Amino acid sequence: MIEFHLDSRSGVPTYLQLVQQVKQSLRLGILQPGDQLPTVKEVVGSLAINPNTVLKAYRELDLDGLVEGRRGQGTFVSSDLPPVPPDDVKALRTSLQRWIERARAAGLDEDNMSALFADTVRPPAVSRVA
Amino acid sequence: MNEHPALQAAGLGKRYGSKWALEDCTLEIPAGSVTALVGPNGAGKTTLLQLAVGLSEPTTGTVRVLGHSPRDEAVSVLPKIGFVAQEHPLYRGFSIKETLKLGQKLNPSWDDRVALDRIERLGLPLRQKVGTLSGGQQAQVALTLALAKRPQLLFLDEPVASLDPLARREFMQSVMEVVSDTGMTVVLSSHIVADLERVCDHLVILARAHTQLVGPIDEIVAGHRLLVGPRADSAAIARMHDVIRESHTERQTTLLVRANGHVYDSSWQVLEVDLEEIVLAYLGYGSDRGAAHAAAREAVAR
Repeated sequence: MIEFHLDSRSGVPTYLQLVQQVKQSLRLGILQPGDQLPTVKEVVGSLAINPNTVLKAYRELDLDGLVEGRRGQGTFVSSDLPPVPPDDVKALRTSLQRWIERARAAGLDEDNMSALFADTVRPPAVSRVA
Repeated sequence: MNEHPALQAAGLGKRYGSKWALEDCTLEIPAGSVTALVGPNGAGKTTLLQLAVGLSEPTTGTVRVLGHSPRDEAVSVLPKIGFVAQEHPLYRGFSIKETLKLGQKLNPSWDDRVALDRIERLGLPLRQKVGTLSGGQQAQVALTLALAKRPQLLFLDEPVASLDPLARREFMQSVMEVVSDTGMTVVLSSHIVADLERVCDHLVILARAHTQLVGPIDEIVAGHRLLVGPRADSAAIARMHDVIRESHTERQTTLLVRANGHVYDSSWQVLEVDLEEIVLAYLGYGSDRGAAHAAAREAVAR
């Protein structure tokens, strides 16, 4: 069983924070197939949040095929989130390090790089300038 | 479940003497929602709630609660709704037991089990006088009175304004647990915007006796953007999107807009805005901007 926490200053919608925490726990192996998620009432009781928010998060995880609701029993983890293969992580880190060197040579500091990364990684949604 | 909206107002207005406390209010609050009425003091929140529970009579327009008029069809409405007034008025000289007895005598649908369970879980002795309880405990007793009639719809007028952060959290926890158990609809007024997003899924912004914005919170947040760019006139943007607030410095213009679809304009940096910023923009909207905005900020930031 996991326990949710909320960061009210992150700007990330509450339901999305719950979704991300479940996915994170799956990646880290804290949650495994068959495990039960906290019931809606438990989450509501500990975080004082709207139950519809919890339902929305669980629905989203259900749509992703990660959990399933069992009538009268609760919500259970149904499949694993494949961890990123360590070899890929290594290769990605190496190429990122090269990129950081180039950025530094071009005069970017850490904040500049983070801003550029955040701006590029965001999916092309409404917020993107076309 | 009830297929009627929890609350429906059409052209609703209330005038005290020559002053309109609420004017031309048209809105619908869906059943099953947790809705926040937000606005500075004197915006008309309490007036709207009092009209909804039948404590006062509309000057113009109509209000329907669970499909009925709260004054003309009080018998169909009052047993189904709970109301916790501002400052949670209770008889200070009564013990908790006497307070519950009063609730039982006054409410035909009273469920003593619900009341006693809640008091026990709060760890309050039944013999204790209400006047000797802390503010948070008094709020919980007032909430117990409203919940023990098993309402479909609960109205809370500034429920946590006078409570410390811990009592606030405990109070909202109690309300949210009932929502998850029974699907009860909640309408609460507040001049504190922070933390509303945790508990509410719908929002009504009231300012200067008028509704400024009504809708589901996630749609509201998704529909607004902050545009930042070199100093420019807002007219071009205003043709496509609703400009809620604009501010200019010598070189820069910042616009908060309600976007109608995508913002395609490369001269602006388009940023997401959080709920608090959106609410503040609406509270300062429509009148002398600077003054109204400063007043609203003061009222909300408390």
